Amino acid sequence: MATKLKSVDVVLVGFGWTASILAQELTDAGLQVMAIERGKFRDTVPDFSTTHIQDELRYAARNGLFEEPARETLTFRNSLDQTALPMRHLGSFRPASGVGGAGVHWNGQTWRFLPTDFTIRSHTEARYGKAFIPADMTIQDWGVTYEELEPYYDKFEYLCGISGQAGNIQGNIQPGGNPFEGPRTRGYPLPPLKRSYATVLFDKAAKEVGLKPFPCAAANTSQPYKNPYGVQMGQCTYCGFCEWFACGNYSKSSPQTTILPALLPKDNFSYRTLCDVTRVNLDSTGKRATGVTYVDVQGREFEQPAELVILCAFAQHNAHLLLLSGIGKPYDPKTNQGVTGRNYAYQITSSVDVFLDEDMNPFMGAGALGQAVDEFNGDNFDHGPLGFIGGGYIALWTTGGRPILQQRGAPTGTPKWGGGWKKSMHENYLKSVSVATHGSVMSYRDSYLDLDPTYRDVYGNPLLRLTFDFHDNEHKMSRFETDKAALIAKAMKPRSINVNYREGHYSILPYETTHNTGGAVMGADPKTSVVNRYLQSWDVSNVFVMGSSVFPQNHGYNPTGTVGALTYWAADAIATKYLKNPGPLVQA
Amino acid sequence: MAPHPVVSRTLSYFAPPEFAFIEAAVSRLIPTDELGPGAKEAGVVFFIDQQIAGSFGRAETWYMQGPWKEGTPEQGYQLKLTPAQLYRVGIQDIDDYCRRTFNKKTFAELGADDQDKILHGLETAEIALADAPAKEFFAMLWQNTNEGFFADPIYGGNRNFIGWKLIGFPGPRYNYVNEIEQYGKPYTLPTVGLMGRNGTAVRKG
Amino acid sequence: MRAMKLAFGLAGFLGLSLANAIPASAQGTTYSTIERGRYLVNAGDCASCHTSQDGKPYAGGLAVPTPFGVIYSTNITPDPTTGIGNWSEQDFYKAMHDGIRRDGKRLYPAFPYPWFTKVSRDDVRAIKVFLDTLTPVRQANKPTELHWPLNVREVMAGWNELYFDDGTFKPNPKKSVQWNRGAYLVEGLGHCGACHTATNALGAPKTDEDLKGGDFGEHWYAPSLTSNLRDGLGGWSAAEIVEYLKTGANAKSAPAGPMAEVVKNSTQYLSDVDLNAVAAYLKDFPTGKVMATTKTTKIDKQALSRGEALYTDNCTGCHMENGEGLAQVFPPLKGSSAVQAEIPDTVIQVVLSGAKIPTTQDKPTGFAMPAFDWKLDDAEVADLVNYIRNAWGNHASPTSADSVSKVRRDLEDGGG
Repeated sequence: MATKLKSVDVVLVGFGWTASILAQELTDAGLQVMAIERGKFRDTVPDFSTTHIQDELRYAARNGLFEEPARETLTFRNSLDQTALPMRHLGSFRPASGVGGAGVHWNGQTWRFLPTDFTIRSHTEARYGKAFIPADMTIQDWGVTYEELEPYYDKFEYLCGISGQAGNIQGNIQPGGNPFEGPRTRGYPLPPLKRSYATVLFDKAAKEVGLKPFPCAAANTSQPYKNPYGVQMGQCTYCGFCEWFACGNYSKSSPQTTILPALLPKDNFSYRTLCDVTRVNLDSTGKRATGVTYVDVQGREFEQPAELVILCAFAQHNAHLLLLSGIGKPYDPKTNQGVTGRNYAYQITSSVDVFLDEDMNPFMGAGALGQAVDEFNGDNFDHGPLGFIGGGYIALWTTGGRPILQQRGAPTGTPKWGGGWKKSMHENYLKSVSVATHGSVMSYRDSYLDLDPTYRDVYGNPLLRLTFDFHDNEHKMSRFETDKAALIAKAMKPRSINVNYREGHYSILPYETTHNTGGAVMGADPKTSVVNRYLQSWDVSNVFVMGSSVFPQNHGYNPTGTVGALTYWAADAIATKYLKNPGPLVQA
Repeated sequence: MAPHPVVSRTLSYFAPPEFAFIEAAVSRLIPTDELGPGAKEAGVVFFIDQQIAGSFGRAETWYMQGPWKEGTPEQGYQLKLTPAQLYRVGIQDIDDYCRRTFNKKTFAELGADDQDKILHGLETAEIALADAPAKEFFAMLWQNTNEGFFADPIYGGNRNFIGWKLIGFPGPRYNYVNEIEQYGKPYTLPTVGLMGRNGTAVRKG
Repeated sequence: MRAMKLAFGLAGFLGLSLANAIPASAQGTTYSTIERGRYLVNAGDCASCHTSQDGKPYAGGLAVPTPFGVIYSTNITPDPTTGIGNWSEQDFYKAMHDGIRRDGKRLYPAFPYPWFTKVSRDDVRAIKVFLDTLTPVRQANKPTELHWPLNVREVMAGWNELYFDDGTFKPNPKKSVQWNRGAYLVEGLGHCGACHTATNALGAPKTDEDLKGGDFGEHWYAPSLTSNLRDGLGGWSAAEIVEYLKTGANAKSAPAGPMAEVVKNSTQYLSDVDLNAVAAYLKDFPTGKVMATTKTTKIDKQALSRGEALYTDNCTGCHMENGEGLAQVFPPLKGSSAVQAEIPDTVIQVVLSGAKIPTTQDKPTGFAMPAFDWKLDDAEVADLVNYIRNAWGNHASPTSADSVSKVRRDLEDGGG
């Protein structure tokens, strides 16, 4: 029997990036806000101290900052004719556990999607014709435009202190920036990071093959920075332990380094840790949420009533909670009916290993220290003759040279172990880098999330089931991108290169990205979306869903910038529209 | 507590025959040669022993609920065996195979060439073992060997920074602000670990 | 007067039913007096001593370690039985001014009455008015754990005879109004000297060493506030002093340990006028005789080389290779007066246990430094401390592994 607690205005499920932003904005609007986080409280000191954080075994190999599948995981299959089996240990993606969420252990690679990304269906149909889109590809327009989101991208970038070089300020193309980016009101708050040798060589090579490279925008501060909340950050020292680790000297943007010092002292904010939200509770009409149920670490059940329930957990966990709570009709791929769980997408990546003659000192790096070209992203190029939709950026990232898991491949023919392998490691560690492609994944009828019929979590709830594979469109696109990457790699005048196409089925096993999207997609049409353009549930108007869960498909960039922008956009809608007149913000 | 180097060379999980197998195997996976010491000198066997005796060996963070089914390669690890059990069963199976195939000799008693052949056979699953799946066993052995060669010495491997010195990784350092723009210049500060420049220091407890 | 006393007596006699009644002394007072009292209570930092960790505000119970044993702070909420709710304004003034409590027994100077004696009667009255508005807490005071004969309060009569000069602050007519206001705050309610002045064997402040630095206890050394360039405020501008006290950091330093508490609970709430007055007074404070530690001491080259290696391996992520830190983020070690303090205990403690600077309204971030006690042994800490105290033009006395060992042991025992 759950203990019923005192009601709050807003309950947030999870306490990562989106919850921290919402908590800060909604407490400023005068609301009483509570965040419920399943992991523990974490702060720079003592949890991420410089003294111990650069421990590759503990954090990268043994997943020290991530969720534990023993407590929550999902089942996976490539296609409907298979039986989904549990992801028994982490592989392809690494969601977080603990206050700050993945905002603690990300690399900091921060992008904006392209204007045409937000209107991908209508734009593609207009340019290439309706028939160009395969019948089973369920891409759709977002329901919000780049122009509408621009001020909120700006807000997120200035929250974080992004280090970058603008490419397009109010229509004026800026030298040295990304000429393809959507127009921005103003430049980045901080100049780009210092350049590593490898990114300088990439820059030169990319220019030689006629491309326009630019420094990647980084949530690693190039200088000390004080953000609009009055929170102070340090300066990145290129220690090379960003992704999967936490920052020990306050120079990677995270909830801890950008929001929590301003948020935590507020009287109208509270939070719980080590508590798992297992249900969003609905009233008898099913159209209104009354709050959430959660289980604490002793196994006791509590009911937290709230006027407004906002799902701020990681991507697929939001979809899971919606399915368990009966919000939105569950999607059935066979009938193509229903919305919750629909349009799951991911990222398709590949790489070209480059073996050079000089010392690259790969161990000096930062999570978002990179140089990129964007000619082959979005619809920046003519897809007509190519026969696929989507694209991605091509970049040389120097994020670190961690010896266990950041080994670049060995030149072709090198044995996988033994004396030959040892020799290769000795000769190539300092002298090898990698050119990466980071491609979009469209949505498909048979890429989706639902509840598993067999496997359960520690509370006896059905695990989420993921059905997903790369389709021909993605393989074709990725091959195209990889060939372009190889072109640039060759222009770096290496000893040799390895071209690693992404081929075959999607596997849950080797790490790729933690860019899971979809399952609670946003849109203009309640028949094909779970939330409206303000991220408000069509079915239950006092439930909002944040995060990449709402992406209708995934585009050729890391998602966090867009997640941040959408969160500020939704926060604004809640504060200025919803609170004045609670109820559906968009008429179906 | 003031740390002092504790050289932990006792075994927590593996019995002597298992130790013999692992030492022999890792000595082939990362051999001692003209480039210098290999996995044996680096203490990789002690690293693996510590890991297998601990939460990794027990698969504590893994989802180990049934039902158990063999999956596709894309579905990853679906064994009911924890890593600790996989090692125990696997080593037993391999030594049994060796005794049958090589005139009652265990893996550790074979010559280097034969050992290499067996390791290749396990890697490709050309050799079928009685109970343990060969491919998964090899994959885990190689993963742990790689980890033990390159993890911080506090975990018992990479002793005296043998692994890091082989490749030129200077260890966990937190400031390259000046050095990152000195293109092509080798980094010359001594190798350091979490417990300092002593490559044998192991965390207490 | 008699009527009021009678009213108090009745209130006490009638017990609980009147326990929440507004004490007689608070009747007829105005809002502005209460607010003035609140400001003065912040300035005096009463909360830091009179509130224990996890305890109710101003209810006392904080263990204050002294060289003579532990003394517990008292309950100054207006509870009539266990607090000072029954104290008249005169009773309270006698405590602040003379160090004598309501029942006539003497107070120990862990309660800094040698400084509070300077506070004007009017201010003391306002303080009491504010204290009377607090939520009363029923919590009996803990007896002291002082060594004999100091646990016999009458002994303080002799101590006072030797070391205590009562008397309200007298402005210096040769100095400005601002200077005098600063002096009034520093030498009175602010009781800076209670920590920042060395004490003799009987725990009395050495008046000729005023503000030249003092041992707070628990291995926190309160540095010199004189104008000494090396280990005092000589290199700080008045604006930097103001910024430090108001926001908890400036380009040169940030407080750790007990001073972090002072900034968080007290000085961040002082007005700009008062902070500027404090700064003006301190900037005018004489240097005093040159401390022995300012001479270059011989630490052997090998030891410094070991220290440099440790610094490079452990400290440069924040304090940078040149020891300059990062302005407003990580304090510089180069040229730092705190780092070059005569007694190195603070530096040793911070290396072993880490530190956290205060969060203030202006600077909410609260940067922290991790502990190194598990990473470095005593010899290494000594080498490191010697290096940072003598690198980049710094000069300070040497530290031995034994000194580090003592600090480490005391910290492990729970604060010494």
